[in-house]
Amino acid sequence: MMRASPSDLPIVLDGASLRAGATTMLDRLSVTITPGAPTLVVGPNGSGKTSLLRLCMGLAAPSAGIVTWGGRTDSGQTRRAILFQKPVMLRRSAAANVAYGLAQAGCPRHLRTTRAEELLDRVGLLDLAARPARRLSGGEQQRVALARALARQPEILLLDEPTASLDPAATRHVEEIILMAAQSGTKVVMASHDLGQVRRLAGDVVFLVRGRLCEQTSVKDFFDRPSTQETAAFIRGDLVL
Amino acid sequence: MSEGISAWQLVASGDATLFAIVRLSLAVSLSAVAIAVVVGLPLGAVLALTRFPGRSALIVILNGFMGLPPVVVGLAVYLLLSRSGPLGELGLLFTPAAMVVAQALLVLPIIAALTRQTIEDLWREYRDELTAMGVGPTGRVATLLWDSRFSLITALLAGFGRAAAEVGTVMIVGGNIDGFTRTMTTTIALETSKGNLPLAMGLGLVLIGLIMAINAAAWGVRLWSEQRAG
Repeated sequence: MMRASPSDLPIVLDGASLRAGATTMLDRLSVTITPGAPTLVVGPNGSGKTSLLRLCMGLAAPSAGIVTWGGRTDSGQTRRAILFQKPVMLRRSAAANVAYGLAQAGCPRHLRTTRAEELLDRVGLLDLAARPARRLSGGEQQRVALARALARQPEILLLDEPTASLDPAATRHVEEIILMAAQSGTKVVMASHDLGQVRRLAGDVVFLVRGRLCEQTSVKDFFDRPSTQETAAFIRGDLVL
Repeated sequence: MSEGISAWQLVASGDATLFAIVRLSLAVSLSAVAIAVVVGLPLGAVLALTRFPGRSALIVILNGFMGLPPVVVGLAVYLLLSRSGPLGELGLLFTPAAMVVAQALLVLPIIAALTRQTIEDLWREYRDELTAMGVGPTGRVATLLWDSRFSLITALLAGFGRAAAEVGTVMIVGGNIDGFTRTMTTTIALETSKGNLPLAMGLGLVLIGLIMAINAAAWGVRLWSEQRAG
């Protein structure tokens, strides 16, 4: 749809901090997100995973340091999509929610109904298309929001713990959709605190603790050769605070 | 007690004069609400979504205007429309059009202020999602108005109730001319002072009945559409 604009990759955070009042959410973070297999953002609650995704999406501006997309500091968001941990359903049907995303991505009106059905089918919700989106269960809403994010045909798909409220079957389904998107060339950046999920999906891992980058490494090295004590403790299942 | 019975009889008999008065009252108040909606919804939405110096003062003034005394609004419109006033040449004073204008001014702050509050609350919830989807300013206003449509029905009802129940502005700018600008409320005031209590009470019952019926219809529409849209 909007493939004319230049690539947003790599996303480079250079000494980026994010503060609100006295609270520091991210502290001088330097991370590079390159094309390829999914990047999993890992860390305990409150470690800054969501803040990192918001910076990558361009929803928040860093309080210090800079963020660039493909070398540009002022990239629009047309090539990126985000799935929030608690997505907001518009007060309309599931299909209309997806069609809304399609409209915002510039999809012509006469194609929207068909495309919305295709996308809902992809997330396994075609039979709920006409239902009011806000009456769906949390997991179903999550998948409607995923369809709505995919409607943008994003180059970069940012996901904030998309399976946190799902049962194992639904988790597996969502992971398959995410892998499919990744295999068709979408760069997936996903927050998770589920180490099994990290093993299944990740190409590389960004490990955050208390708003700081603990390490960024390949998934193999993350599990086999952790370079910090925090990483070692985290993958052992010890509590990292 | 005998007065109560004849009031009922008057309503039941479908008196032509009574019917004309009811029709004019409804036409004036509904037109006023329609104008206030066309202006007030976008105004409230823009006020909810923009930030500028003096915004807080404007919101306080707008909220305060919800309690604007009808007679004062009537007086202001009277001065504007009177023969020597700035809009005197239009010749609108003592016509139903003047009554519509005056009531629209009375209802506008209610609709704009309630819309502002509703949209601002919804925006807090929608902000990240709409920003991430790249929705522009016009699209935001349209989306937020549409998605708060059920709450905004209540704002419209509040506006209509205000217009239908007030007597001050229509009395002053309409002049209570028999068969031309006489509404339910001005008739009630007049007939009460004349001692014709059966007609006053009959009209009072009709007025309350109409307001109840419109509120019941709006409630029904809200329930029905909420079930369909969530």
